Amino acid sequence: MAKIECPECGEEIETTGIVTVCPNCGADLREVMEAVGHEVQSFRGDLVRDDSVTTHEFIVRTRGLTKIYTMGEVEVPALRGVDLDIRRGEYLSIMGPSGSGKTTLFNMIGGLDKPTSGSCFIEEVDMAQLDAFELAWLRCRKIGYIFQTFNLIPVMTALENVTLPMIFAGMGTDELMDRGQELLALVGLGDRLHHKPFELSGGQQQRVAVARSLANSPAIVLADEPTGNLDLQTGKEIIDLLKELNLESGVTIISATHDLKMIDVSDRIVHIRDGEVERIEERAELELDIGTLGSEHLPGH
Amino acid sequence: MIDTSRLARISGESGKEAIQIQRQIVLPWSEAFRISIRNVTLRLGRALITGAGVVLGIAFLTSVVTSKVVQDGLSASQAAQVQSLAAATAGAIGGEETEAEGIAADVEEESGRQARQIWLVIMSLLVCGVGITNSMLMSVTERFQEIGTMKCLGALDTFIVRLFLIEAALVGILGSVLGLLLGHLGMLLIFCIKDGFSVPAKMNWLTMLGYLGIALAIGTIISLVAAVPPAVRAARMAPAVALQTEI
Ligand SMILES: Nc1ncnc2c1ncn2[C@@H]1O[C@H](COP(=O)(O)OP(=O)(O)OP(=O)(O)O)[C@@H](O)[C@H]1O
Ligand SMILES: [Mg+2]
Repeated sequence: MAKIECPECGEEIETTGIVTVCPNCGADLREVMEAVGHEVQSFRGDLVRDDSVTTHEFIVRTRGLTKIYTMGEVEVPALRGVDLDIRRGEYLSIMGPSGSGKTTLFNMIGGLDKPTSGSCFIEEVDMAQLDAFELAWLRCRKIGYIFQTFNLIPVMTALENVTLPMIFAGMGTDELMDRGQELLALVGLGDRLHHKPFELSGGQQQRVAVARSLANSPAIVLADEPTGNLDLQTGKEIIDLLKELNLESGVTIISATHDLKMIDVSDRIVHIRDGEVERIEERAELELDIGTLGSEHLPGH
Repeated sequence: MIDTSRLARISGESGKEAIQIQRQIVLPWSEAFRISIRNVTLRLGRALITGAGVVLGIAFLTSVVTSKVVQDGLSASQAAQVQSLAAATAGAIGGEETEAEGIAADVEEESGRQARQIWLVIMSLLVCGVGITNSMLMSVTERFQEIGTMKCLGALDTFIVRLFLIEAALVGILGSVLGLLLGHLGMLLIFCIKDGFSVPAKMNWLTMLGYLGIALAIGTIISLVAAVPPAVRAARMAPAVALQTEI
């Protein structure tokens, strides 16, 4: 335990070496900590985080993430060392040509598959350290998923689809019915509660999927080409909806896309090619406080 | 065990609170039943195909068993007739010898018939098992995407297995009942046409009911056992792999 002073705001911080950002202004403390002879340990996932800090500047971080698919004798490298820091509350688009590794990256960040090497941290927790239960817990409550193919459960109504993650989270029946209806109303489907997916248009199905992704108030919504199967207008509506949610609830949105319409709403655009980050574009002109706004309005019920 | 402090770290809440809120993942049995029943009734076509394996297997099994019970009943009533005939013609010496010969021949024929029947029952169980396994495999495979989606929503592997087991049990029970009726009534009808409509009165209904119960249990158990390996395999897949699988 040692006391250091934040170089940005002058706040005095007690740290065990695990916290590397200033709890007051979010400034990076690693340099100062190293200066006072503190070992910076934040990249080690097996450490208990200091509870005095509940938020980090980066909600997701990947370090040297690689994924190699082996198909018989052939090795297909889908990701070749991706280092990416995703800020809390930002709207991040991942762009790249087909086969560049967007879906693969999406799967790694979402805890849907294991990387061949490298690590992915969510809230400074190394996902490789999590057991099956913890991963399920993470998927259930911390991450919402939206897919290109909507992936609604075909035998369930819109409302049942939206409430399924809440059932898993152990929410009471009355509460989850209310919340499900609320969420469907939020995405403009308040009058379609009891329709089955096949009775809904593609755009409407994707709206249900958006509502479902928000079921347990996640910190992150991961969307893999959410507009890929939609026409121009409907796609635009979904993008606007996601942006609205991003601004209003501060949920971090990470979206893989080819869709140029996404550029307008993104805070940052990560271009990837052949499994590597080619460049990252900041939307400086949108600038101001979208990032900090997000961390103030943490999603909650 | 569940490390709540680690969960709390992800959720950004203190460990104590995490324990209080019980950071659990659940699928109550009542919900699981609701979902499974829905899966069976809304995918009736699929359920019927899966069920057809059970129906046919159990129908075959039941028909074999029914024919055994009916034949037992018939030969018992024949033996009774022979006995009363023998009693009526009591006093006729020498009759004993021929009767003894007849019984010896009967015993030989009877053991041969039983061996054949056991063989048939085993065969019918195999047919039943292979058919059910095959269709369970198909019904799991065609739902990989759904399984992957459920895992993305936070389902534990055990939830997936639970859903498929309930479904298999439902299909197993319904299919077995249908197969029972089909096999039993069909066989009975054939005997009635062949040997007259007094056949049902001559058979031992208690034994028959016992066999039908066993057949119901066998059909259900086989479909449960057949559903386990594909369901477990599907549940264990990484969600990304399940989602990518295309059929
Ligand atoms: N399960 C798999 N087995 C083998 N190779 C795979 C597998 N999944 C992806 N790949 C390969 O990994 C590379 C990246 O695939 P990925 O699906 O991540 O691309 P993508 O950027 O999402 O493309 P698209 O825009 O077409 O969806 C591709 O070369 C692909 O062929
Ligand atoms: Mg893709």
